[in-house]
Amino acid sequence: MSDAAADSFRPHRRMRRWLGPVFGAACFVATLTGVVVLTVLMGAILAAALSGPPHSPWHDLGANLRELSALLGRLLANRQSSDPAVAGYHVGVIGSLWLLGLVAAIGIPVGIGAGVFLEEYLPAGRIRRIIQTNIANLAGVPSIVYGILGLALFVRAFGVRGLALGPSLLAGVLTLGLLILPTIVITTQEALRTVPSSLRQAALALGATRWQVISGHVLPAALPGIMTGTILGLSRAVGETAPLLMVGAAGSLLRAPRGPLDRYTALPVEIYNYAKEPNRDFQAVAAGGILILVVLLLSMNAVAILIRNRFRRAR
Amino acid sequence: MNASESRVQQAPPVPDAEAADLAPPTPRPDDPTVLQTRGLHIWYGRSLALKHIDIDIPRHKITAMIGPSGCGKSTLLRCFNRMNDLIAEARMEGEIRFDGESIAGPKVDAVALRRRIGMVFQKPNPFPKSIYNNIAWGARINGYRGDMDDLVERSLRRAALWDEVKNKIHRSGLELSGGQQQRLCIARTLAVEPEVILMDEPCSALDPISTARVEDLMDDLKDDYTIVIVTHNMQQARRVSDMTACLMPDEAATDGQRTGVLVEFSPTDLLFTNPKDKRTEAYITGRIG
Ligand SMILES: Nc1ncnc2c1ncn2[C@@H]1O[C@H](COP(=O)(O)OP(=O)(O)OP(=O)(O)O)[C@@H](O)[C@H]1O
Ligand SMILES: [Mg+2]
Repeated sequence: MSDAAADSFRPHRRMRRWLGPVFGAACFVATLTGVVVLTVLMGAILAAALSGPPHSPWHDLGANLRELSALLGRLLANRQSSDPAVAGYHVGVIGSLWLLGLVAAIGIPVGIGAGVFLEEYLPAGRIRRIIQTNIANLAGVPSIVYGILGLALFVRAFGVRGLALGPSLLAGVLTLGLLILPTIVITTQEALRTVPSSLRQAALALGATRWQVISGHVLPAALPGIMTGTILGLSRAVGETAPLLMVGAAGSLLRAPRGPLDRYTALPVEIYNYAKEPNRDFQAVAAGGILILVVLLLSMNAVAILIRNRFRRAR
Repeated sequence: MNASESRVQQAPPVPDAEAADLAPPTPRPDDPTVLQTRGLHIWYGRSLALKHIDIDIPRHKITAMIGPSGCGKSTLLRCFNRMNDLIAEARMEGEIRFDGESIAGPKVDAVALRRRIGMVFQKPNPFPKSIYNNIAWGARINGYRGDMDDLVERSLRRAALWDEVKNKIHRSGLELSGGQQQRLCIARTLAVEPEVILMDEPCSALDPISTARVEDLMDDLKDDYTIVIVTHNMQQARRVSDMTACLMPDEAATDGQRTGVLVEFSPTDLLFTNPKDKRTEAYITGRIG
C-alpha cells in the first residue's frame, strides 16, 4: 500500500476501541435505572402494605409472607368500608375482571381488524396517510379526554333517550375500548409490516387469495407482535382510573355487577379512594390494592406468553 | 422447434381453453406454444422497463432468459403469472396469452392463473412451517381432495428431496440447508400441479452441488412441465435450456433509464454457437453486461 493511500484513512483505533464499552456501560446504567426504580417501588409498596398491625420484624421473612398473604386474602374477601381493618376490594376486583373481559372481547377484534384493513386492504395513498396520522395522534391523547368522550357518547348519548347507557359497566367498557384501540391498531400494523414480502409472494404464487395469504401466513407470523400490543393495551385499560371516574364508576359500591348494564366500580378507582383517606391505617389497604393490581397484570402477561408459545408449537 | 417459425405462425386461439382451467396439465401437441406475448410494454411509473416484447414460450421445453442486470428479465417473468400486479406503480400494455387465452386484462382471475403458472424465487423462501405443511398448504388452499400424505411424498420425491427429509417432515422447513430449501420450494410449487414453472435465478444462492441437483431436476421435470428460467450463468443456460432468449438494454433509450428489448430468441445451441445479433454475441462472449 502506498503512503498516499494510507494517509487518507484516520483509523482512530484507540477511540473506537473505547467507544464500544462506553456505550455498553451507558446502556447498562440505563437498564439499571429501570430495575432499581422498580425494586424500590415494589419495596415501598410492600413495606406500606405490611405497615398495618400486627408488626413482625423485617428480617423474619416467613412471618412477613404469612402476614402479606393474610392481608391480600382479607382484601380480596372484604367489601368497601370506612374501617381499615375490614376494608377490601371484593367489588372492585370483580368489576375490573368484568371490564377486562369485555374490553378484550370488544377491543381486540376491532383493533386487530382495523389494523389488518389499514395495512393489508387499504391501498397506500393519501387517505391511508390521513387515517394513520389520526390514529397515531389518538394514541397520545390523555385518558381523561376519552372519559369526556365516553361521557358524552355512551353515558348520555348526546341526550338521546333509550341510547344513553348511564353510568353502567357497558359505558365503562366502551370508553376503555376506545382508549386502547389506537395502541392495538398501531402495534398490529407494525407487526404486519415486519412480515417479509417474500412470504406473501410465496403464498400468492401458489394461487392463494389475499385472505388466504393473510390468515395462513401473515397473521400467524405477526401474532407475537400483535399479542404484545394487545397486552399493552389491556394492561393500560386495567390500570386506568381517570376516564372511569368521568363515566361514572361508583365511588362506593357494595354489590358486584352481575351484567353489563349494572353499576360497577374498578380496582384502581377503589385504590384511589382508599389512598385519599386521612386515616393512616388505610395506607396499608391502598398498598395491598396496588399489589393485587400488579399480580393481575403479571398474570395477564403470563397468559399471553402461554398462548404465544402454544401457537408457535402448533405451527 | 424453431423460434422464428413459431413467431410467424400466429397460434390461433384454442376453442376449449376454458376446460384447461379444470383439467390437470394436458400435453397439447397441436399447440406448441404455451405462453405468448405480443407488443408487450411494461412501465414502472414513468419509466419504460420492457419495450415491445414478442416471445413464444414452447411447451415442455426449458426456456432460458439471459441478459445484463436491470434489462427486465424478472419483470417479464412476473408478467407471466401476474405477480407484477402486486407492484402498485407497474403498468402494462400489449398482449399475453396462455394456452391461447389472453391473461392480460383486468377480468382475468390472477389467483386461478397463479396456480397453473408456478414460480420459484431467487432466494429460497419456505414458509415458517413444517416441511409437510410447506407442501400441503398450497394444495389445501386450492381445494386438493386426494391423499395429502401421498401428495407430500410424491412432490418431495419429484423434487429429489424425499430421501434427505423423509425422517423429519414435521420439522421446520427453515432448518434445511439453502439448497434443500430451494428444492422444498420447487416441491411446494409442484404440489399444486402447475403447467408452467417460472424460475427467477433459482440457483444464484446455491453451491455447485445443489445447483447441479436443481439442474438435473429441471431436466426431469421438462417432460411434464414447461420451464422458464432466468439465469446470469451462461453455462447454466447452455446446460439446461432448449431455447434461449437474450434481453438487452435498448440502445435507442437516451434518458439513462434501462429499457429492455428482446434482441434474440433461438434454440440454445444456435444462440451460443452462432448468435445472429451482434449484441447477443458481445454479451455471451463477456464483452458487455
Ligand atoms: N418494483 C419495482 N418498482 C420500480 N421499478 C422496478 C421495480 N422492479 C424493477 N424495476 C425496474 O425495472 C427494470 C428491470 O428490472 P428487473 O428486475 O426486471 O431486471 P432484471 O433483468 O431481472 O435484473 P437482474 O438481472 O439484476 O435481476 C429496472 O430498471 C428496475 O429498476
Ligand atoms: Mg431479476
